[in-house]
This record gives sequence, structure tokens and C-alpha cells, in this order.
Amino acid sequence: MRQLCKGNVAVVKAAILAGCRSYYGYPITPASEIAEYSALLIPQVGGTFLQAESEVSAINMVYGAAAAGKRVMTASSGPGVSLMQEGISYLAGAELPCVIVDVVRGGPGLGNIAPEQSDYFCAVKGGGHGCYRNIVLAPASVQEMADLTVLAFELADKYRNPAFLLTDGFVGQMMEPLELEVKDVKEYEKAWAVRGTAETRQNFVSSIQLEPDALEAHVRKLEAKYKACEAAEIRYETYMAEDADVLLVGYGIVSRILRSTIDQARAQGLKVGLFRPITLWPYPSKALAEAASKCQKVMVVELSTGQMVEDVRLAVNGAVPVEFYGRVGGNVPSVEEIYAELCSRVAAMV
Amino acid sequence: MSEFQILHEKSPVFYDVYERKSEMQHQTHYCPGCGHGVAHKLIAEALAELGLQDRAIVVSPVGCSVFAYYYFDTGNVQAAHGRAPAAATALKRSNPESIVISYQGDGDLAAIGTAEIVHAANRGENICVFFVNNSIYGMTGGQMAPTTLVGQVSTTTPWGRRANNEGFPLHVSEMLATLEAPAYIERVALSNAKNVMKARKAIRKALENQKNGNGFSLVEILSPCPTILKMDPVVTRHWVDETLTAAFPLGVYRDKKAEIPVVLPPQKSVEAVVGISAKPAATLEERAARHAHTRELSIKIAGFGGQGVLLLGQLIAEMGLREHMEVSWLPSYGPEMRSGSAHCHVNLSHERIGSPLITRPQVIMAMNEISLRKFASTLAPGGLIIYNRDKLPEGFTAENARIVCVPASEIADGLGSAKVANVVMLGALLEETECLPPETVVQVLKDTVRNEKMLALDMKALEAGRMYVHSKVQVGAVSGPDGFSY
Ligand SMILES: Cc1ncc(C[n+]2csc(CCOP(=O)(O)OP(=O)(O)O)c2C)c(N)n1
Ligand code: SF4
Repeated sequence: MRQLCKGNVAVVKAAILAGCRSYYGYPITPASEIAEYSALLIPQVGGTFLQAESEVSAINMVYGAAAAGKRVMTASSGPGVSLMQEGISYLAGAELPCVIVDVVRGGPGLGNIAPEQSDYFCAVKGGGHGCYRNIVLAPASVQEMADLTVLAFELADKYRNPAFLLTDGFVGQMMEPLELEVKDVKEYEKAWAVRGTAETRQNFVSSIQLEPDALEAHVRKLEAKYKACEAAEIRYETYMAEDADVLLVGYGIVSRILRSTIDQARAQGLKVGLFRPITLWPYPSKALAEAASKCQKVMVVELSTGQMVEDVRLAVNGAVPVEFYGRVGGNVPSVEEIYAELCSRVAAMV
Repeated sequence: MSEFQILHEKSPVFYDVYERKSEMQHQTHYCPGCGHGVAHKLIAEALAELGLQDRAIVVSPVGCSVFAYYYFDTGNVQAAHGRAPAAATALKRSNPESIVISYQGDGDLAAIGTAEIVHAANRGENICVFFVNNSIYGMTGGQMAPTTLVGQVSTTTPWGRRANNEGFPLHVSEMLATLEAPAYIERVALSNAKNVMKARKAIRKALENQKNGNGFSLVEILSPCPTILKMDPVVTRHWVDETLTAAFPLGVYRDKKAEIPVVLPPQKSVEAVVGISAKPAATLEERAARHAHTRELSIKIAGFGGQGVLLLGQLIAEMGLREHMEVSWLPSYGPEMRSGSAHCHVNLSHERIGSPLITRPQVIMAMNEISLRKFASTLAPGGLIIYNRDKLPEGFTAENARIVCVPASEIADGLGSAKVANVVMLGALLEETECLPPETVVQVLKDTVRNEKMLALDMKALEAGRMYVHSKVQVGAVSGPDGFSY
């Protein structure tokens, strides 16, 4: 049955369906509802919710729970995610699976509590120290908040790696119909977990490798894992991209505004299409390059001054011009605004 | 040499050969005379005596004891600098049967990790913390620790620790003993045979506490670091015995099982908790049948906080959902979010909804004049404005709009509660647009409003809103600020 549900609440419900019974976190707008609903719901199904004293502590609790073999989640936003970065580097280094939800707000610094997409770099490009990657999924609807949460848990376990749900205050705060079902959660054998039992006594979770050769081997192993993930886990969506002259690229909430813009543009006879990455890492570079190769122009729209556009430029690699349009501070470009922007750039094109 | 007798056998909790170590696999990495080795030994022996080896998880910190996992044949987790109590918290809660040990130096626990230790102690986590206070940073080469004594020279206090610059040594045991939850806190010293025996007992007691579920135990272990203090091991022991112990008095700072009531929320099934009910999704036919009765609309509802603006939006979205429409509800976001204004965007559609953000609404429901003035110009051509007053403000015009004035707040007051003004507005919307069937509206109100009195009031408000609009409809009405302009 469909229920009217908030994006942030959908994350919690989906996490429970995915077998997550551990939540450690610290409140911050606009992610707090994830903590609040976890506090409400997870203990009712026999799980643990704990509000940590800080994000630093929260992510290290996530580290502990993940080391113990639990499916564990935390959620935060900009300033909190900055504080978690050290811990995330440790999680990646120790190959511990976990799900981190980043409901992005305006930055830098305290910024404001309005939605932005300016945590792209810190989720997609590592953020913490060392050569590592986060798996990053970007939902655009309440239903996807749920579906991609379940996927995030699966991918985290499959690759023994932190997985991000990179979303924003819009998708987090909005309500839409949500369809949930009890699924058979794919269980991953976690023979490596430290559980305090005779069987797991010799297990050891750590990210330290003092010997240069040993550390290099470890980092190479991670690198190979990331390559495998890149080969298997790319996800994206297109809309009217087949015959498009201009390809609009955007993720999350922006992709939906672009969809409406495209409807408007098509009604005016402009051939415009959408490319929407769902996995921000691994990035759908090949598919994007291919879609772009059929167009004359690519236009990237973000709620930032330009972060993902760098990946688009890398993917397109100069084959077609890449334009950028971004708004920040909680300002969201309207369909009309993007359409006007599009028209002026298309005009420049012909 | 003939036979010799082994007086002290290595604890079975230690590995025989330290294979995780790359060289010198028969000896520890600790300096000769270092207290860490002794502390490890006491912990290993206590684990063996209590039969806890299989259940034990040692969380090693950052500091010289970062490599504790070389030696302990137990579960091992290595934590970030200062964060061992946080990691230990979740390890323990994940597997309550495990015996979790957070082993930390003074830089780790009392400087970078102050927050984590205070809060783990304050929560009464059922873990053991073995806190090695050697007054200095060992691993990084002798910088000041929070426990460095006033006047003590370190690489970062080359003129001696000056209280006016670095403050005074931090007394962790005393500080934590002021908290309510901890079960056991004792300071011991590895300075002479007698004190080592006391340390042995304290460590054992801490582990027993955890085994018995008594809660948080911390043993602060004053410990020699001959290398950094640049003293001969024996002299360092004396220094610990005399100087360090003088500043950090030995003894039991807390020994009581805290009374911590256990309160558990009711347990439910996953289905119940996430809201999955057996009712199947609507079939295509059902959806199609409903579509005939419903209208696609994009609605912006605006007013002051407290006027029920967000709730009204949610009610409309819920109704649309029950009519098998695609719906979206988005609270106000953007630069106007501050101050007391509130607004939300509601879409009712038969198709997948693109942008949930409405910049050109087909309907504006303005609960006050500010909202009316602010948003009227954004109305889609030929759109509808429902305004919460009996007439438009002086001098206000909206070209190309259909305007319905409903004194919803007044009507609500008349009904006995200003709170239901939003439902009066809802009545007006439904009467005016027929966007949703009346039965659904009534059903949603019945399901959402649990309080019977309130529900009765809502029903009246709904009807009042409808009737008001109905009574005002005039054939061939002309444009004007009389409340109805077509
Ligand atoms: C975040 C972070 N900051 C700084 C360091 C560097 N560091 C390693 S050990 C240490 C001090 C450890 O001192 P203590 O806890 O007293 O342990 P000891 O070596 O004396 O046993 C520092 C500052 C680090 N590893 N991580
Ligand atoms: S530096 Fe100090 S604390 Fe570190 S191993 Fe040597 S004696 Fe022990």
C-alpha cells in the first residue's frame, strides 16, 4: 500500500527493511528527522539507537558497530559530515561497510539550513585523507530515498565499503507516495567481524599498515575493489536523451526540475534531453560521454557553484561544449529560469 | 646449564609469537621498563583467570599501544586517536556478551578524546577502560600531555609546563567520579611490587564488573615511560612512585553499582513499524476510474506559521494519494523561510511529477495579506486564488485570476476555534475546483484527526467553507473586490 511519507522518514523505514538495527548519530538540520525517526522506530524492532555526543563520536560508533558485523547507519549534513571525514577514512581503510546519509544544506561553514548540492566533493571525492572512495547514491524522490537506502546497505556489504546517500533538504523534507515491502535482505557472510566469540577471536579490524610495501599492497587492493565496483555498479537515468540537441545533466532534486524544463522545452520544439547520474561514484562517465556525443551541447545544473560539472567535463572530454548553471544558498532555479538560461545558450550555439 | 624452572608462565591470552609484527616476533615493541608491557600482562592474566579470552575484544588506541593487537590473542579493533570509547560503545552494544576493553594513553583519552571518555562514562557503558597515564606523549616523541606536571619539561613545554600557558594537569579519575553512572574508578601505579599487585586486583575487578553487567569501569594506571622521560627504568619507577603519585593520588574514586533503570519501548513487527499493510496497490483500472473524478492541480498554500498551512498541504496530498494520483508536498524552502511565514507546494497529478517546486501555481491559497501580495503575481494565467478575507485588500488587483474571498479565520472563530481556518479554506477549495471527491476528504479527516471533538469541528469547518463559496456563486458575476472576481 502506498503511504504519504517524508524523504527523511523513508530512509529510516527502508533501513529497517534492509536489516539495519543500529543507528548512531548527532542531530543537524535538515537531517535531524532521520535521527528522530530512528530513535522512534529502530528500538521497537529490537535495535539500537544512540545519540552520540558529536559527529566525531557518532562516526566512530558506526566504526565499532560495523566492526562488530552490524548493518549500521548514520545521517548528517554539511558541518557534521566534515567532522565525520576522519572516521570515514578509517572505515574505508579498515574496509568496514556502513551507510552515511548526507542531507546537504548550504555551506561553507555554518552556511544555512536551506538545500544545496555543495557536499558533492566531500562525498564523491573522498573528503577524508588517503586514497579511498565512497559509494555515492543520489535519490531524487521519496521512493528513491527508500530504494537507494536498501541498495546502499547491499553495496556497502558487498564491497565492504562506506556507502553515501547524498541527498538534499528538498528530497529529505518533501512528502510523496511511498511503497514499501518486506524484502528478503541479502545476507553477506561477515567472517571478518569482531564479535567477541571463540570463532572470531583472531579477527582484527584496523587501517594501520606501517610497512610501505604492506600499505601499498593494501591500497592497491582497495583500488582493485573500486575498479570492480566501477565495472558493476553504475546507475543512471535518461529522459528524452535519444534525439536531444542539448543534454541537460543534473542529479537529485535538480534532475526533476530539469525534467519539467525539458517538457516545457519540447513543447516549444526544442530538442532537449536529460542525463541523470544515480550513482555519483562510481560515476556513469561512459554512458554520459556516449549520450553527450550525440548532442551539440551539454548543460549542467547544480545547487552549487560547480562541483559535479568537473566530472561531466572529464567524461565528455572536450567532445562537446559543457555549460554550467548553478544556484546556491538555498535558491533553487525555477523551470522558467533554467529554460531562459537554456534558450540563451542554445541561441549562442546556432 | 641444567634445568630451569618457569616461575611466571606467559598468559595464554598473549600470542606465543607476535606474527602481526614484522620483526623481532618474540619480543614486544615497547621500550625496556615501559609500563604498557606490565599493564598488558596484568590484563592478559586477568582475562585468563576469569575465562574471558574468547569473549574479549581489545580496542587499541593511537599512541604507543596502537599495536596492542600484536600481543592479545583476543578480538582486536584499532580505533582512531581518542575515539576508542566511541568504538567500544558500539562494539559492546552490538554484542552484549562480548567483553570490551578500551585501552588508552593519556594523550588519547585525556586530550583528543576527552569528549568520548566523559560521555561513555556518563552513559555507564558496560565496558572497561584501562587508562595508561605516563604524563607524556610517548609515540610522537615526548610532547606535553594533559597529565604533564607543572614544571615538567617536554618537547612542547621546553620551559616546563606553565600553568598560565597550558593550564594544570587533568585529573581524569577525579573528574569522572563526579558523574552518576560509572560503577568503578580506581587509580593505581606500576611503580613498585606492592602497587603492581594492587593494579592487578583493580584490573581484575573492572573485568568482573563488566562480566556481571555492573557498568562502566575505569582503571587509571600511572606508568613509567623511561625513554621519553630520559631516565633509567628503575629511576623512572621511583619517579612514578614519588613525583607522579604525589600529583595523582592513588586510590578508589568510585565503587558502586549505579542504579540504572532499564526502560524498553514496546516491541513490534517490522511491518507494523514501517507501516506496511496488507492492502494491495491499486490496479490500473482502479486508478483510471478515479482519474475521471480528479483534477490535476499545482497548489501553493501560504500564511503565517501556526495557521495550519503545512498541515493543510499534507491533507490535500493525502487525499490525492488515496485517489491514486501522483502527489508531492514540499514545505517552504528558500530565502523566505525565515520569519514567521510558512508555505508549501502541493502537486496533484496523473503523471510522474517532475519538479515538486511550484513556481507557477494554478491555485494559491493565501491565509494572509502578505502571502497574497507576495505570490499573486506568480499565479498561472487563469489560475485561482483563495484568500482568507471577505474581500480583497484595497488597491489589490490580479489580472487574469479567478479570486475567491472566504473569511476563513472569521468563520473558524465563529465555529469556536481559530485552528480550523485551514479546513474552511479546504472546503472552499473543494467546492470551487472539485479537484477531489467529497467522500475521500471526509475519510482522510476521519483517519487523521483522532480527537472526536476536533473532528466534529473540522467537519463543520469543511462544510462552512463549501457553503460559503456555494452561496456566493453568481451567474455572470463581474470582476470586483467584493470577494468574487471572475
Ligand atoms: C588525529 C590525530 N592527531 C594526532 C596524531 C598523532 N599522535 C599519535 S600518538 C599521539 C599521542 C599519544 O600519546 P598517549 O596517548 O599519551 O600515548 P603514549 O604513546 O604515551 O602511550 C599523537 C598526538 C594522530 N595519530 N591522529
Ligand atoms: S615511548 Fe614511553 S610509552 Fe612508548 S613504549 Fe617507550 S616507554 Fe613506553
